[in-house]
Amino acid sequence: MIKTSDVTELQAISKKIRRHIITMITAAKSGHPGGSLSAVEILVSLFFDRMKHDPANHSSPDRDRFILSKGHAAPVLYSVMAECGYTPVEELNNLRKLGSIYQGHPDVRFIPALDASTGSLGQGLSLALGMGCGMRLDGRSGRVFCVLGDGEIQEGQVWEAAMFGAFHNVTNVVPIVDYNQIQLDGFVKDIMAIEPLTDKWRSFGYHVIEVDGHDIAALQKAWDEAAATTSAPSVVIAHTIKGKGVSFMENNPKFHGTAPTQQEMEKALAELA
Amino acid sequence: MALSTQYELKSGVATREAFGRKLAELAKSNSRIVVCDADLSKSTMTHYFAAEHPERFFSVGIAEADMVGIGAGLASVGKIPFVSSFSVFVMNKGFEQLRTVVAYPNVNVKVVGTHSGISIGEDGPSQMSIEDLSLACSLPGFVVLSPADDKSMRACIELAVDTEGPFFVRAGRPKVPVIYDSEDGFRVGGSRQLLDGGDVTLMAHGLMVAESIRAAEALDAEGISARVIDMYSLKPLDREAIVRAAKETGAIVVSEEHLVDAGLGVRVAQVVSETNPCPMEFVGLTDYAESGTPDELLDKYGMRAAPVVAAARKALARKK
Repeated sequence: MIKTSDVTELQAISKKIRRHIITMITAAKSGHPGGSLSAVEILVSLFFDRMKHDPANHSSPDRDRFILSKGHAAPVLYSVMAECGYTPVEELNNLRKLGSIYQGHPDVRFIPALDASTGSLGQGLSLALGMGCGMRLDGRSGRVFCVLGDGEIQEGQVWEAAMFGAFHNVTNVVPIVDYNQIQLDGFVKDIMAIEPLTDKWRSFGYHVIEVDGHDIAALQKAWDEAAATTSAPSVVIAHTIKGKGVSFMENNPKFHGTAPTQQEMEKALAELA
Repeated sequence: MALSTQYELKSGVATREAFGRKLAELAKSNSRIVVCDADLSKSTMTHYFAAEHPERFFSVGIAEADMVGIGAGLASVGKIPFVSSFSVFVMNKGFEQLRTVVAYPNVNVKVVGTHSGISIGEDGPSQMSIEDLSLACSLPGFVVLSPADDKSMRACIELAVDTEGPFFVRAGRPKVPVIYDSEDGFRVGGSRQLLDGGDVTLMAHGLMVAESIRAAEALDAEGISARVIDMYSLKPLDREAIVRAAKETGAIVVSEEHLVDAGLGVRVAQVVSETNPCPMEFVGLTDYAESGTPDELLDKYGMRAAPVVAAARKALARKK
């Protein structure tokens, strides 16, 4: 597995991941491209750089863990895990097909190296905090990273969990909000506004790290800042662009949950060449 | 014909008390046991555990959905989490979480729902769990247990700790009669025949076990010989005991402090209809109850021996 802190290399990996996302969702004829593309750099900078994990020893108790709470962005997670060597790259295009390990949403029964089955929004942070507390009881050094959607945090359970994280000072769990401003039915601000978002997390007791979610160097700094902060748990609010990297998908609510056509795929891949 | 029963039905402790005591005892020698509480530890009796193991006791506040998720996370890193609240809150407010992050990935979470049924009393229907067993049994992979007294609850908690996989164990608020003098003889998928009889079988779980024993004594006075089985394991069921009862007694009454069309009764009926159809009658709750003392409620809503006796007569009358 490639491990690198080199920004140029991580950017190149990100482009490759984007190509996988477009290709696999086109092959599946359904899926969620927008929110997969917005989270690419977040996952790439974790899995290929800062996260402590080993595909050859995926059940090591000392590893860092990762939960994609916004489970509909499964294509980005599958692409990253495949490129890390957890699962076959050549089967990515079986996404959502009967018998495939690449289920519509992440499912530990099909991919045991996943840290959680997700898909029902609002639940990942609670899981992450339970893991974090258990790891802390055992004196493990690992961290748990949990990517949440911005629409997802409309779920009340997220804030129950945030209260728990701050109250128990669970600093080994890092929630990350993929703040791409779009959810299924439209713009977040039109469906159920979540601003002022940083104030919300701060008032819940979190150390807030705001970052450009496509800037690899900034993300690297964010993961390090979160690790160095022990007085309160950190949340990373990653400002991202829904559909990032494909001009006609960027900031377009249509591509929250619509697969590209063959033509659109070709156009997208040309942009990602 | 005199009924020879060793069951004097002396008053014993509440099953929630038995749960709390046993959990604290087991935790002394098992460091994997942890507890998640939603501000009810003094009622669910997990405070015994909290006093001895504060570092393993996680207060989540009044947030049952979060509590189930925290429990699932703890289980995912090797802990044996007991997630406990009033049955009505953990099963209803936590149900989607129990489905998606516990049952579906098959995680080793132990749910203990206390204050089940109507015998909670004065607090009224918003606190009364009468659907919990139906919800729990609907979850693939869950073991669902509803013990009747102190010793059987203690045995069920030990089974939950020793058996990998999700559990729901149902506990009650009031003190209940002593049925067993030992924790031995309980298993996942088991049942206990408490009285033998050839005319009709009375099956029950929870506090209706004692009432079924009383019903058997009343039937005995009428010359009717009733078998009494404690079906503490609702899932998996002891199919063998059910089939035997259907074959050997030819009539079955199932009684429970739960919605009658969604609990043990329908589960037993499924087995009976698949194997050895016979007349069956059901004693249970049909709607939400009200405030009152536990005794008043149990009387008014038919959670007593008398309706079991009446149901037995009805089943017998239908026997060919």
